[in-house]
Amino acid sequence: MDSYTLDAIIARYDVPDGRLLGILSEVQEQEGYIPHDVLVMLSEKLGVRLSRLYSLVTFYSFFSLQPVGEHMITVCMGTACHVKGAEMVLSALGKHLGIETGIAQDGKFAVTTEDNKFTVTIARCFGACSMAPVLSVDGNLYGYATPENLPAILAEFGWREHES
Amino acid sequence: MRVETEADLKALQAAGLKKLKPDKPRIAVGLATCGAAVGGRKVYDRLREAIARKGAEIDLVQTGCIGYCREEPLVNITLPGKPLVILHKVTEPDADAIVRAVLNGKVPEDKALCRVPAWDHVTGFVMEYGKGFDAIPLYQDVPFFAPQRKVILRNAGFIDPGDIGEYFAVGGYGAAWKALHGMEPEALIAEVEKSGLRGRGGAGFPTGLKWRITRDAPGGTEKYLVCNADEGDPGAYMNRNEMESDPHMLIEGMIIGAFAMGLRYGLIYIRSEYPLAIERLGRAIGQAREYGLLGENIMGTGLSFDIRIARGAGAFVCGESTALVASIEGRTGRPHPRPPRLTDPEGGLFGKPTDLNNVETWCNVPAIVANGSGWYAGIGAKGNTGTKVFSLVGKVDRVGLVEVPLGTPIRTIVFDAGNGGANKKKVKAVQTGGPSGGCIPLRLFDTPVDYESLNKAGSIMGSGGIVVMDEDTDMVDIARYFTGFATGESCGKCVPCREGLKHTLLLINRIQAGKASKKDLATLQEVCETIAATSLCGLGQTAPNPVLTTLAYFREEYEAKVKP
Repeated sequence: MDSYTLDAIIARYDVPDGRLLGILSEVQEQEGYIPHDVLVMLSEKLGVRLSRLYSLVTFYSFFSLQPVGEHMITVCMGTACHVKGAEMVLSALGKHLGIETGIAQDGKFAVTTEDNKFTVTIARCFGACSMAPVLSVDGNLYGYATPENLPAILAEFGWREHES
Repeated sequence: MRVETEADLKALQAAGLKKLKPDKPRIAVGLATCGAAVGGRKVYDRLREAIARKGAEIDLVQTGCIGYCREEPLVNITLPGKPLVILHKVTEPDADAIVRAVLNGKVPEDKALCRVPAWDHVTGFVMEYGKGFDAIPLYQDVPFFAPQRKVILRNAGFIDPGDIGEYFAVGGYGAAWKALHGMEPEALIAEVEKSGLRGRGGAGFPTGLKWRITRDAPGGTEKYLVCNADEGDPGAYMNRNEMESDPHMLIEGMIIGAFAMGLRYGLIYIRSEYPLAIERLGRAIGQAREYGLLGENIMGTGLSFDIRIARGAGAFVCGESTALVASIEGRTGRPHPRPPRLTDPEGGLFGKPTDLNNVETWCNVPAIVANGSGWYAGIGAKGNTGTKVFSLVGKVDRVGLVEVPLGTPIRTIVFDAGNGGANKKKVKAVQTGGPSGGCIPLRLFDTPVDYESLNKAGSIMGSGGIVVMDEDTDMVDIARYFTGFATGESCGKCVPCREGLKHTLLLINRIQAGKASKKDLATLQEVCETIAATSLCGLGQTAPNPVLTTLAYFREEYEAKVKP
């Protein structure tokens, strides 16, 4: 992200309430993560200490310091999803994509496939509990997810069974 | 145009009614987040194409959601002079048949869930749709709807949330008019007090009293009015639907509150997981400004009040009031001990006294003002007046949002509205109140859902999530799940919560692995009681509830897993 783009984002936040989180959210949305150099720039532009920006970025689960893959898969870990088998969906997803998913505890979980095609994260709750278990790919929700219907969903995003 | 006279409001209502009940057929597709995701969006697109192909004179609009989530996608059809008909489980291939039927003055009866001859929009307007289609069941005869009473979800699923005109049509902003033009702030606060309305975020603090404290706090108009839309409890999504389906009722409630407390600055703190709610609220705020309902000189009264949106960034603890304020200020959401409370001088946002109410609390306000405190106090139970929206999810047959008077027994919600377990399984328990709540066993299902009774059962009202567990659910796993959640979401500031929860999780994991002894159960109990007694904020104080209630009510499941 260049300095000009960042200025344009900052300009949209002319009041103090919600400002820092709003700016960081827009960076996260545009870049898919929060690059270190953007934080340095932001720190200089706003006169806010870099350590404070890092404390925000690491506290809130919406932000990521690592680059993400082409497609973002977020598995909902809400209560309704949990009782309807979200953990099985997550582990099946890990198997299909060849990634480790067994450490999903602290809400900051994110793993990217080697080919950089997919990043898998978890959400606390999408509030779409009626169609649990739920996952989202690039912001689009898929309800009633099961280990069995995962391949069809993944195939929409260029995944092929034999590849893994 | 700006609303400056009562005639303006009446004219806008009349214009809105022409959209809501046009002299040609109207098809409305339920497109809140879940309706859209389970195929509603595609149904909408196919309907649009089918209408265009036929060159048909049919209005096609989007509405929010009436809450019968299991039956989605839902489509409403309004033919002039006929009852509104709700179609359910509509799929893309149905689009042509729907349009064909509508053009013949009919509805596809095989797809019909129910008919609505008239609908009370609660804030002073009853919509009379018409008569006919007698073979289709009435709305109130559908078992899922039968025990419900819609006060909060009064417009959800009927009006287009993107069009302020349709909100005007059902009497919207009439309560704000009544308050701003016909009532003194003092009388307004007294009215809310008399209604008995209590905070719908879960703690149940009397709303009128909070308003009074804020009004009396020093600082003149330099205070804040904040809506808590950080619906973080997993399993709860009523606030999302309220904002997505009827954003103007929230705005109207906040305007009335601002007038009562004499405040200028309003904020909605909303979680970033709700993009559609953010979008619809943003649009609704813009429309309200355009009509002179926000900004300077509201409704020609000289009142100035505006609302901005502040987004959260994924932290459960930010639902706690002091953490929420820290988050809006751009700090990490770590709570501080109360007092000072938000309403105290220097205790709130940017050091100003701040009134914080939940989305659903605000949504009740226009209904109370329109109908009077006596009407509201007549709904529900003594000390627990009004209705509450519950999200009935998990292993229940009929999943959805259920709005019932407070004091309704759990059994009515789970079995009458919800039809018991999904796939004919036996229901074992419900979990209410999210990670701060507890599990209530079947034998206590006659417990009325009110703030005190749920506390007595070891749980809490919380924001209103009811997650049903059936015979296959492992209750120790449920305790592990919530403890894992709370461990991850603990802000780390105080030791009991940060370290205690971690050890609780280790203990439960040891139980699940079959490596624990009976002594570990006693330790588990003791650790949990200590966390509850000594944590700094509500998160830690209540986080042991899922463990403590499962230990109390489902001890045999723990004992079956430990060595003697």
